[in-house]
Amino acid sequence: MVGFLVPPLRLKIGKKEVMQSSAIDEAKLALDYHQDGSANGHHGVHQDLRMFGMVTFLIAESAIFLGLFTAYLIFRSTSQVWPPEGTPERELLLPGINSIILIASSFVMHQGQSAIRKNDVSGLKLWFGLTALMGIIFLVGQGYEYFHLEFGLKTNLFASFFYVLTGFHGLHVTLGLLLILAVLWRSRKSGHYSSQSHFGVEAAELYWHFVDVVWVILFILVYLL
Amino acid sequence: MTTAEVTKTQPTPHHKERKLIDYFTFNTDHKVIGIQYLVVSFIFAAFGGSFAEVLRTELSTPNPDFVTPDLYNQFLTMHGTVMIFLWIVPAGAGFANYLIPLMIGAEDMAFPRLNAVAFWMFPIGGILLLMSFAVGAPQAGWTSYPPLSLMTGKWGQEIWILSLLGGGTSSILGAINFLTTILKMRMPDMDIHSMPLFCWAMLATSTLILLSTPVLAAALILLSFDLLAGTHFFNPTGGGDPVVYQHLFWFYSHPAVYIMILPFFGIISEVLPVHARKPIFGYRAIAYSSLAICFLGLIVWAHHMFTSGTPGWLRMFFMAATMLIAVPTGVKVFSWCATIWGGKLSLNSSMLFAIGFLSSFLIGGITGIMVASVPFDIHVHDTYFVVGHFHYVLFGGSVLGLFAGIYHWYPKMTGRMMNETLGRIHFILTFVGLNLTFMPMHELGLMGMNRRVALYDPQFQGLNQLSTIGAYMMGIAALPFALNFIMSVFNGEKAGRNPWRALTLEWQTSSPPIIENFEEAPILWAKPYDYGIDTEELEEESVSELLAEVSAESK
Repeated sequence: MVGFLVPPLRLKIGKKEVMQSSAIDEAKLALDYHQDGSANGHHGVHQDLRMFGMVTFLIAESAIFLGLFTAYLIFRSTSQVWPPEGTPERELLLPGINSIILIASSFVMHQGQSAIRKNDVSGLKLWFGLTALMGIIFLVGQGYEYFHLEFGLKTNLFASFFYVLTGFHGLHVTLGLLLILAVLWRSRKSGHYSSQSHFGVEAAELYWHFVDVVWVILFILVYLL
Repeated sequence: MTTAEVTKTQPTPHHKERKLIDYFTFNTDHKVIGIQYLVVSFIFAAFGGSFAEVLRTELSTPNPDFVTPDLYNQFLTMHGTVMIFLWIVPAGAGFANYLIPLMIGAEDMAFPRLNAVAFWMFPIGGILLLMSFAVGAPQAGWTSYPPLSLMTGKWGQEIWILSLLGGGTSSILGAINFLTTILKMRMPDMDIHSMPLFCWAMLATSTLILLSTPVLAAALILLSFDLLAGTHFFNPTGGGDPVVYQHLFWFYSHPAVYIMILPFFGIISEVLPVHARKPIFGYRAIAYSSLAICFLGLIVWAHHMFTSGTPGWLRMFFMAATMLIAVPTGVKVFSWCATIWGGKLSLNSSMLFAIGFLSSFLIGGITGIMVASVPFDIHVHDTYFVVGHFHYVLFGGSVLGLFAGIYHWYPKMTGRMMNETLGRIHFILTFVGLNLTFMPMHELGLMGMNRRVALYDPQFQGLNQLSTIGAYMMGIAALPFALNFIMSVFNGEKAGRNPWRALTLEWQTSSPPIIENFEEAPILWAKPYDYGIDTEELEEESVSELLAEVSAESK
């Protein structure tokens, strides 16, 4: 879904690309929209609202996690024993390392944004590449954990929640990873991102931080409490 | 930032004409999308309406003889789901798409392509839902409470879940657009207190969508796991709790009631002052009460669950909070009454529907206070009293408001007027039919007739038949409307720029508006509702001077 917020970038910056690809009418229309603005003075031009849209989208995303966490907490608080009797002990070492990797990746990623602010595209590539790698390690670690747990999806209510919550979060990590890879893909073309315009970088980073924060809450709820 | 990115190229020639084919494609123009939403939602409404006629035909006799009880349950579920998620909610989004950029003097929405994506998810989800008849439509009602929803037709239920997830996503993406556009794209002269009240209403609606729809998604995801993977989140046999589903579901679906009514509150606030030729009474009161409803709407959900074993303190809280909503709603109703009070009313179709809205929404609001009180609600829960109540709100409120909006903005959207005679016939049939259908339901509920059951005690037959006659009347009412709606595109009288002499910005451009909305930047020369206000102060002074002269002479 976030992808739909990102593409307008292309229209604005990669104009040639749109023109050449014999774009559909709509794309031209969207293009004209911005050209009109520059021709007519103020009318039609509006500030860059993509970040505002991104933040509103993340508010909606938080609400969905909030719904899931609330459901979990209701079950937790109304059950006599939680996790239900017979739930095997959870191993904390691997998920702990995994958490550290994911949280650290947020800081690594921020270096990428700092780099592009100084117009350093190779820096951006380096740090974002590293972040993507850390994200992949997290996902692999998660998968490894899934295969080595002693309970399955249907074992009990806790187990079901464990898989649904971590799985839904994992889906978001995957989406964030795809955003990072998209940024890397686009950064191949020189001048696509510059110190002045790098919304794609900012959006991917914001999304990644969001996924991180959700993980911290999820980790506390599911592993620690 | 953006200005730096915009390259200076020659402007393309203006006045490109809209072609018919544009309405069938992935078009990013908010006006096209608005009309797409409206037309598609009315097509679905025809389905939902015919399901309702099936239900009423069945209920004209106590025994299930027209359709089997199973099929009755399917039609019942589909009627509710289609009317809510495929008619009222998207129709509100349609008006919002069409009107918001025009009203605030913008060229388009903030994210035009996201907007088109949001639209196309809606017909796809809708067709998916209707196709569930092929595998046996869902039977658990539009609320799909487990464990019932886990026991009746797995695939029909799953299709229901998927189509709601699609519709919900569409609605969230739409809300992102509305919110950003209203807050960030108003023309420079328009501050937030001089934007039309419809925009205020959509601000509140979008906030509700953004905060509550995702929670429904959470509930549906868990329900999906229960249904397909065999987990026991909501299934008591495995330690789950169906009440948790109810909480999550109503956390969305109570605000959904406001998502369905707030846009039409906005429409009424636009229609009344124009056709009464009077400034709106209490602009800020109406605007802020939308926000108050938005906030309160988020904390009243458990009033749907008074019989679900909710603890006493929780009932008290939700009863009090629910009744509190009557305050901002009352502020609106009184303001609307004060707006038309002493106005120069032109009783055209739009105004008739708006006044019809006021009176029938009032009934729905009052029965709403009744069912908000715990002791009364426990008595009438799941009876026809509740059915009567919410149909007065949703049909008497939202749908009449929707028709008022159609008659009001049709000239803007098509450039043609709708036929007045057909419009009035439509109104009379609808209004009489609606009261005939839903008024007896209150009595039936008090007598103890349960809802959602095909079979009933023969003592209820008389009132049920009355109700069925009313339903047929509303069915017939759809014909003059459909005829008018389609024929006026070709035969309607030319509307011109501003047939109602209205002041909001959308009437400053041609009808239908050009692709870029305004030929040049629109000018805000009056507040949106300054009707009948004499801005020329000079004349009054000269009158008093004249009087002074006369009195001086007479001395």
